Amino acid sequence: MVISVVVRLMAGADPQSAVNVLGGFALAAMVPIVGVIAGTGAIGPEIDDGSVMYLLSKPVKRRTVLLTKLVVAIAVTMVFSAVPTLVSALILAGTADGVAVAYTVAALVASVAYASLFLMLGTITRHAVVVGLVYALVWEALLGSFVPGARSLSVQQWALAVGGDLAEGKLVTSEVTTVTGAVLLVVVTVLAAWYGARRLRTLTPATEE
Amino acid sequence: MTTIKLDHVSRWFGNVVAVNDITMDVGPGVTGLLGPNGAGKSTLINMMAGFLSPSAGTVTLDGRPVWRNEDIYREIGIVPEREAMYDFLTGREFVVANAELHGLGDAEAQRALALVEMEYAQDRRIGTYSKGMRQRVKMASALVHGPSVLLLDEPFNGMDPRQRMQLMEVLRRMGAEGRTVLFSSHILEEVEQVASHIEVVVAGRHAASGDFRSIRRLMTDRPHRYLVRSSDDRALAAALIGDPSTSGIEVDAAEDALLIQAADFGRFTALLPRVARDHGIRLYTVSPSDESLESVFSYLVAA
Repeated sequence: MVISVVVRLMAGADPQSAVNVLGGFALAAMVPIVGVIAGTGAIGPEIDDGSVMYLLSKPVKRRTVLLTKLVVAIAVTMVFSAVPTLVSALILAGTADGVAVAYTVAALVASVAYASLFLMLGTITRHAVVVGLVYALVWEALLGSFVPGARSLSVQQWALAVGGDLAEGKLVTSEVTTVTGAVLLVVVTVLAAWYGARRLRTLTPATEE
Repeated sequence: MTTIKLDHVSRWFGNVVAVNDITMDVGPGVTGLLGPNGAGKSTLINMMAGFLSPSAGTVTLDGRPVWRNEDIYREIGIVPEREAMYDFLTGREFVVANAELHGLGDAEAQRALALVEMEYAQDRRIGTYSKGMRQRVKMASALVHGPSVLLLDEPFNGMDPRQRMQLMEVLRRMGAEGRTVLFSSHILEEVEQVASHIEVVVAGRHAASGDFRSIRRLMTDRPHRYLVRSSDDRALAAALIGDPSTSGIEVDAAEDALLIQAADFGRFTALLPRVARDHGIRLYTVSPSDESLESVFSYLVAA
């Protein structure tokens, strides 16, 4: 948001610079990082220190445990990434051209997918934060800016495809079509949640490894 | 009345065998799972608690499989060894949360807290609790749904004698009520004070099983080794070997002592001072040379 204010003061209300900041920073870095923190943080530490045993030793379906964690992770990611995105977008571009709406929607749908993806990571590895950051920063941000293939295989681009249609003209563009983006987002979210729940069913106490 | 049945259960991690072909029934009453550190006690308990799948064999609770079956937690209460809890909660919040996960409420949580006598500190944060208090809150969280099976992993670790007595009392009461209580420990004295039945596990194998008297007997009836120093080692050796309670004597010149193998421990301990007095020999040192738990266990495994 600080960045938004500075850019706004320097460049005035310009939709293009809004796109640069929102696309280059908010969606490329902030949303995935918040997703990593919220997604892995929702379950990783409990698995790490063993207190997750109190949750798992209950007559509650593991699926329910995971979905509850997922709802919290999604909510946290949305609050701490989509809301700042909206505020930044309003500062940068006002309501002009639908840019603010486009990026907010993109951040919202990306929040869901990231939270699910990183929550699953939390059930797979104890180094979920590192793995998650590597994915978010190296794959999506770095490789994505050089290799077009990597770009079309990233949550960020799929989310942009979904949100992009809400902006006027070709201001907000993505590597993939809206439908592809939406379908892939749903597939990734559901698959990650399903696999995470599966991992929880066969979770081994940390002391045994 | 609930029985946990282990049928030819093995568990390995990579190429390390933690539990090796164990078959046992754990029934109502208090059962102690005794064994040295690293014997596979925690692995066994984790398999009984449904946290680990057996690599081979089956673990069942009254005929129902334990692994991948969340419903068994209606009947099982678990007290993990690890200290980690939700430190930012108060004791009461923690137990209430556990109750709610069972679909129960405040009343049951209060009852469980009363059972472990933790009401006086229930509104303090768990982070401020001592080890014994944590252990008792863990107990309360495991007892909140009135389980018929209670599994405790090293519950007495790090407790002071008073806390130990209190916990033993709770366990005895649970056992007397007909619940199936199983706890692990590496200290024989601890186990025999509470458990009516003892299962001994060594190096992943089921070494012995029985009430504490039979386990005690197994442990004391084994050949004992003593290191003895006296004013006249050879004369003492000659006098001792005449009695059947002594099965072997070695003169250790380097140590300047006798290494005596006693076949009958009770008779030997009475014989030694008498023989020494009769022959006018002064005893300088009499010390059991292999009383360590490890040697006791290795004897049990060989038996």
